[in-house]
Amino acid sequence: MSTEALVGTKETAPPTGRARRFTALVRKESLQVIRDPSSILIAFVLPLILLVIFGYGVSLDATRTRIGLVIENATPIAQDLAASFQASRYFEVATGRDRREFEEGLILGRVRGIVVIPTNFTDVGAAGSSPQIQVIVDGSDPNTANFVQNYAQGVVGTWMAQRAAEIAMRPPPISVEQRFWFNPELASRNFLVPGSIAIVMTLVGTLLTSLVVAREWERGTMEAMMATPVTATELLAGKILPYFILGLASMSLCVLIAVFIFGVPFRGSVLALYALSASFLMPALGQGLLISAATKNQFLASQLALLSAFLPAFLLSGFLFEINSMPWIIRIVTTIVPARYLIPSLQSVFVAGDIWPMFLRSIAVMLTIGVVLFILAARSTRKRIG
Amino acid sequence: MGEEFVRLSDVTKRFGSAAPALDAVSGSIKGGEITGLVGPDGAGKTTLIRLMTGLMLPDTGRIEVLGFDTRKDAASIQAAIGYMPQRFGLYEDLSVQENLDLYADLRGLPLAERPEVFDELLTFTDLKRFTGRLAGKLSGGMKQKLGLACALLKKPRLLLLDEPGVGVDPISRRDLWAMVENLTKEGIGVLWSTAYLDEAEACHRVLLLNEGKLLFTGTPSELTSRVDGRVFRLGGIEGRRRPILTKVLGEAGVVDGVIQGEAIRLVLDAPEPQGWKAKDIAGKGAVINPTAPRFEDAFVDMLGGGPGGQSKLADAAVPRDRTEGGAVIEAHGLTKRFGDFTAASDITFSIPRGQIFGLLGPNGAGKSTTFKMLCGLLKPTEGEGRVAGFDLRRDTAEARNRLGYMAQKFSLYGDLNVAQNLAFFAGVYGLSGAGKRERIALMTEIFDFRSILGMSAKDLPLGLKQRLALACAVLHEPEALFLDEPTSGVDPITRREFWTHINGLVEKGVTVLVTTHFMDEAEYCDRISLIYRGRSIALGSPDELKASVASPENPDPTMEDAFIELVRNSDLAEAA
Repeated sequence: MSTEALVGTKETAPPTGRARRFTALVRKESLQVIRDPSSILIAFVLPLILLVIFGYGVSLDATRTRIGLVIENATPIAQDLAASFQASRYFEVATGRDRREFEEGLILGRVRGIVVIPTNFTDVGAAGSSPQIQVIVDGSDPNTANFVQNYAQGVVGTWMAQRAAEIAMRPPPISVEQRFWFNPELASRNFLVPGSIAIVMTLVGTLLTSLVVAREWERGTMEAMMATPVTATELLAGKILPYFILGLASMSLCVLIAVFIFGVPFRGSVLALYALSASFLMPALGQGLLISAATKNQFLASQLALLSAFLPAFLLSGFLFEINSMPWIIRIVTTIVPARYLIPSLQSVFVAGDIWPMFLRSIAVMLTIGVVLFILAARSTRKRIG
Repeated sequence: MGEEFVRLSDVTKRFGSAAPALDAVSGSIKGGEITGLVGPDGAGKTTLIRLMTGLMLPDTGRIEVLGFDTRKDAASIQAAIGYMPQRFGLYEDLSVQENLDLYADLRGLPLAERPEVFDELLTFTDLKRFTGRLAGKLSGGMKQKLGLACALLKKPRLLLLDEPGVGVDPISRRDLWAMVENLTKEGIGVLWSTAYLDEAEACHRVLLLNEGKLLFTGTPSELTSRVDGRVFRLGGIEGRRRPILTKVLGEAGVVDGVIQGEAIRLVLDAPEPQGWKAKDIAGKGAVINPTAPRFEDAFVDMLGGGPGGQSKLADAAVPRDRTEGGAVIEAHGLTKRFGDFTAASDITFSIPRGQIFGLLGPNGAGKSTTFKMLCGLLKPTEGEGRVAGFDLRRDTAEARNRLGYMAQKFSLYGDLNVAQNLAFFAGVYGLSGAGKRERIALMTEIFDFRSILGMSAKDLPLGLKQRLALACAVLHEPEALFLDEPTSGVDPITRREFWTHINGLVEKGVTVLVTTHFMDEAEYCDRISLIYRGRSIALGSPDELKASVASPENPDPTMEDAFIELVRNSDLAEAA
């Protein structure tokens, strides 16, 4: 019969065989991803944890800081200044009569600073000269110390301007009003969360990919597959596609959580978001495959992935530390960290909007790094053992 | 038939600066028969198979597979062969059917042929009921059959099987052998690699490898013919057979001797004993009869004979009163459950002083679980275990000090050198000062470690590793020795040397518990317990167990026959 005749020739054209092998590999990999709790963990649970940490836990903003306010002499004017401190959104104020009441609290860290309005405060203030207040801070925590000092000065400055205006019945001569564009609330969450999405894609693209290939070596399945007509390119491609999709899925989840739960604004376009993310996944996957070609052991692969992809994405990408303030040699190293091209663009997508000239430049650089890594990975993946 | 499928010419492969893994190996594999690639672990079997698949290239020499050179045409070879690596190459998180589909796609099996091929292979491997089950949830035997099915999808001309018999129960092993034998009738060439010499015996032809060198190529009977008429069974022994074995091995012209149940198996260098009489050595009732030679007899003869019967280790040991006290190792109703899985159920036995007791069974049957409960490494769910009178639950430390433990695959510290390993284990077992130095010096002398004291344990050849593991286990002169798969994969000479030491120590009053899946090794024991699916299904001396399954068709069953028959009976009893 005709079917038999067809089967009898048995000549599968090469492209068909290739396509079928490729789809078989992709299907296998996808089934494994779905069934393997560790890929779900890395692709969906870990990102959630990271987002929660960056969304709630880590904040570079000044929120209400506890201070002790000492009013040595409760004159009306001192109480007026005290009221300004109490009204400040930066301080949570406990008041007292003697600085000794707060000394222990400062040592134990229960209050971050002591502001003293001295006995002679009224007179000096009335004379119109600069009033003297004392700010005591814990120098072992310089960030907080600076913060308390500056904001206390700010409160006093504002108070003085108001007093002057009240006395003169006219507005103060000059005042500086700051305005921040794009992130008017100056919420660090708004740029930390987009940055952490880059970290998440690094985890999926590089760490997970290098782990699954190493696992195939450890379990001996790689050897069995290599002894079939499958080619090295097909093996690589069969790994790339599923993890590319997984990376985008993981990124999408992060964006949804960022926008709907953390209230991070999304001012750019979805197209820009996916174009940037997809371009970033190229170098991330390329690096994962290169690592797995070099090591056939899950432990080593995870160490290499963490050192060469995860940490640089954290430290050398401008995510947490300003690249411009790094030593020049480190700045050169950052130019090959793909995350440094993604993070500013991604932050723009969220808080500013589409800036295509910047996006296109980033995409071009990321794709170039990706191509180089893929070429290296393909060259080092041969159908050979040992 | 008879066409040469693989031609090896002067194949050499080295890894690093060590001795070559394969040294100028030449030979051939023919279609339509099973060729055994035989040799102990580390002989170069896996390397040779990988070279044939083209996944590795030889340093020098040439390999032609089905007419293709592995250097130039690996892709054509890979399209035409079936290969089952040691761990079967299955995806454990894919189901049976998904594994088959994957390999069918990779091997380019046309869609139209699939239903028929799948049906045939699933019937052939008896896996039809399990197509939806994840491969990771299959038993060892079933995994192996699925691995074979995946290698057979696109009917290969040459089938390469790397140690298919390892870790599989004897019944599955026989099933698999029958399947593979069937394939050869269709002209397929099969390479079956193994460290078991009884498997080698059943092959049509063998390539015998030892330390990377090809010792022999030809039919098994050609090999055994070199010892024809020189193999004997010394039976009717009066008294203890171990000292008698030692005595016989000291006689002129004795090439090899091992304990076989109540008797001793001997290989002589002449058709009859020269200058000694069985009666003088083994008592008035002793008889010596010729018996059929086996592969192992010939292998040992070829390697220049066994190591002799004297154990310096035993000579240096202080004798213990063999009649003193009751049982040294006792198990009463030992049961271990992991969740709803019962790994060992109601295991009971006791071992009197100076005896060897064996736990025999396939991997995963519950031997190691029982074993670990008895040396205090696992807490039993129910039941109790005692060593030298100490309850393992209450007096764990006292009990452990009385026992020496040699773990599967010799748990030495690979990055420590030989001297450091000895010093470490001496410390662990509570030796110190002059006592420690003395014992270490003694072990160094007995086992001849002087020249290798500075070598890392991981770089030692398998045989030396095993010696070192034994030395570490007996440093503190334990009353009881626990040996977990002590000679799995080692060459027969090393195995004999090991058992000479154990036999000697037992004669001095040491009590031994050994686990093994080697049927031959079970013969060295005084009594054995057959462990199958977590239960002890039979207990007795090797001869008793063999006799219990003797039938008119099989009057002289081997240990493996006994095992298979007893497992069948147990399955039948369970089904009833």
